[in-house]
Amino acid sequence: MAIWVTQSRNVASSLKIKIGFLASFRRSYISSSFNSSCLTTRTTTSTAENFGNPCPFLRNSGIHFILRRFESLSSAKPVEEVKNQALHFLGGNTAFTSELTFISEFTEKVHCYRVLDENGHPTTSNKFPQVTEDMAVKMYRDMVTLQIMDTVFYEAQRQGRISFYATSTGEEAITIASAAALAIDDVIVPQYREPGVLIWRGFTLQDFANQCYGNKVDNGKGRQMPVHYGSNKYNYFTVASTIASQLPHAVGAAYSLRMDKKNACAVTFFGDGGSSEGDCHASLNFAAVLDAPVLFICRNNGWAISTPASEQFRSDGIAVKGQAYGIRSIRVDGNDALAVYNAVRMAREMAIGEQRPILIEAVTYRVGHHSTSDDSTRYRPVDEIEHWRKMQSPLIRFRKWIQRNGWWSEQDDTELQNKVKEEMLRAIQVAEKTEKPPLAELFTDVYDHPPKNLQEQETLLREYVKKHPQDCPSDVPL
Amino acid sequence: MAVVFQGIGAATAISSTNASVSTRMPFSSRGSPSGGKASFLIVRSDGRLSSGSNSRCRRADQLITNAVATKAESSTASTSSKPGHELLLFEALREGLEEEMDRDPRVCVMGEDVGHYGGSYKVTKGLAEKYGDLRVLDTPIAENSFTGMAIGAAMTGLRPIVEGMNMGFLLLAFNQISNNCGMLHYTSGGQFKIPVVIRGPGGVGRQLGAEHSQRLESYFQSIPGIQMVACSTPYNAKGLMKAAIRSENPVVLFEHVLLYNLKERIPDEEYVLNLEEAEMVRPGEHVTILTYSRMRYHVMQAAKTLVNKGYDPEVIDIRSLKPFDLYTIGNSVKKTHRVLIVEECMRTGGIGASLTAAINENFLDYLDAPIVCLSSQDVPTPYAGTLEEWTVVQPAQIVTAVEQLCG
Repeated sequence: MAIWVTQSRNVASSLKIKIGFLASFRRSYISSSFNSSCLTTRTTTSTAENFGNPCPFLRNSGIHFILRRFESLSSAKPVEEVKNQALHFLGGNTAFTSELTFISEFTEKVHCYRVLDENGHPTTSNKFPQVTEDMAVKMYRDMVTLQIMDTVFYEAQRQGRISFYATSTGEEAITIASAAALAIDDVIVPQYREPGVLIWRGFTLQDFANQCYGNKVDNGKGRQMPVHYGSNKYNYFTVASTIASQLPHAVGAAYSLRMDKKNACAVTFFGDGGSSEGDCHASLNFAAVLDAPVLFICRNNGWAISTPASEQFRSDGIAVKGQAYGIRSIRVDGNDALAVYNAVRMAREMAIGEQRPILIEAVTYRVGHHSTSDDSTRYRPVDEIEHWRKMQSPLIRFRKWIQRNGWWSEQDDTELQNKVKEEMLRAIQVAEKTEKPPLAELFTDVYDHPPKNLQEQETLLREYVKKHPQDCPSDVPL
Repeated sequence: MAVVFQGIGAATAISSTNASVSTRMPFSSRGSPSGGKASFLIVRSDGRLSSGSNSRCRRADQLITNAVATKAESSTASTSSKPGHELLLFEALREGLEEEMDRDPRVCVMGEDVGHYGGSYKVTKGLAEKYGDLRVLDTPIAENSFTGMAIGAAMTGLRPIVEGMNMGFLLLAFNQISNNCGMLHYTSGGQFKIPVVIRGPGGVGRQLGAEHSQRLESYFQSIPGIQMVACSTPYNAKGLMKAAIRSENPVVLFEHVLLYNLKERIPDEEYVLNLEEAEMVRPGEHVTILTYSRMRYHVMQAAKTLVNKGYDPEVIDIRSLKPFDLYTIGNSVKKTHRVLIVEECMRTGGIGASLTAAINENFLDYLDAPIVCLSSQDVPTPYAGTLEEWTVVQPAQIVTAVEQLCG
């Protein structure tokens, strides 16, 4: 599954065979969207030759069935006759058919939008939306920062300095580029592999280190595992470990933005694994029904711990599911920062301007292990990992592009890497030495004011600590 | 005994012949006439004193004045001899909700069929017309998701009220309630707060079947970070609803399916009750009976019998299920030295079990006898009416228990 992207050229040929196969069964199903601003590239299948013009009265009802009424290939029957044969239901007119056929489980694979190829060359000679030099350089710098931060923290965990870590290696472009396309007012509701957004918005390496060490300067007051960042200053909801439980939160945040009529949207991230959760299904449904301005960005990185995407769903990825809920969707190359940037920017405009949800599937590969508790070489080949790390790296691709534009040099690269490494090591040292949160913070924030039972429990605990200081950690102030 | 509890108006102290006094029409407006035999639940708590009482003579006094009270359609206090206005419990909830929605534009409601349908128990009737269907939001059927949605909206500044059509359906929302609602204020280091109210009817109804007769307070009571309250009268329903909405913590408000049509006269002035306070229903000397929600009425029915037999029970509606009001409870235990807990939860792991442990831990020295806890059996609620009746604690059992406890 992981290397399906390179097979896209083969898809078309295999499709032709399938379509011929289908046509010979005289399938009467056609899917098309009449919405002219729709970005999806799905068009009618080759059974179109059996149809005249689609019935005009069905124009606004989105996806629907078109009746293939007679064996004759002549043009469509007059509109009035068709009307009489339609069922007035479900907000439109559903035409009847006397053909007993089922919608196929397979249709043409959704095309994947990309701007730069693996070597950083634009794939199209058409003019594509440009980013400014400043923005492009910042994007690259932040991607490098993210990658180095991940490496250093991962090593720190291996050395026992922090207890846990999860990298975003291979997926840097998704978070950085989408953050670049958003505004600070947009509410981010993350899963757990999106620290890139925080980097873009201004979270410092020291802030990250403080959270991973759970010291007293941490925003979260040491209460969450490493990687579970949260910042109301940067509009980034605190990460909860539960998969996909954040998707309904995003819908709620969008609902709130809608009530306040703010010029902002909610943006939520989830993975291919998360798309199986019930919450994902219901959130997409809710968002569509409620016209909530949410961007659902799925990082389809091919793996949910050890479960490959082929065992996660039978559908053609995530993008195709949007249509089932009445949501506009797109599939983008998640390792192409420019493609992600463009897609998110346009999606944001649609979400806010038209008050609707958008689904973006960013296809990528999880180069790192699921987390420090995982060794992915046990379930996937090492050369596959290395291929994606080297050949498909989002950083290398983007760097080639900005270098070609004259915005970046090898020297800049070396300088940046050294600088970030140094800063990281310093941040870790400082975070390590900082005190842990005091004992009282064990009991605060459970409620707005600690109730009596918690006050009692705190008293009991303090008594215990006083009596047995040798049994208690020495770096937790009382 | 079942006569008292038609679920359409309880007048526990009145003799059973005209028990079904309150209007049968669930959607009646305030102060609708129901004949001269109208009687009210006068049980009220103003925090200190209880004006409600079960003794016959006091009841008769009140009856006399009430018979003179107007039975006109007007619901204002001006023409009647008593202050305040009369309404049913679901209307009281609505009144509280409406007042809070007027007061704070961030308050919104979401749930299944709460909008134009008005809610399956009509608590939100008319609100969608008044506030628009964005503020009173109909959601698709996915409890985990609309609870999650409320959490996300709360983290972004709104004050949502989630209505579960039946509390049992909120089992589907357990992940959101436990892992997110209760936790996110803590794990975010106080950066995000979740002022949601999660409410809905629960408890054993009239042949609603096992799945619709869940007592969720048992399951939720362990979740850190949430508060739980149970209302039982129109007066405390409105007050607790307002308090829950104003609270910065997530609050679960338990209503009971059979109590929605209780009628009571409540004050016209605005009032908000304390979420953590218990209600003294009937002061007494011999035994402390702790109860909440529907069981309060069974207890008061039993109290009538007990008084006739010469006992003087003190009845406390604990109202606050998490945390317990151990101050009020403790004072009572110190006075009576005997405790009987009457609950609708199942024997294992219910509110009664926790309350027993809490009282034993804190007030063991004041007890003259072991705490007795009457609860439902550990069975799913059967559908057959007679079986269902026997799975819920009945007044006769309460009387027997008190007799045994007090000797």
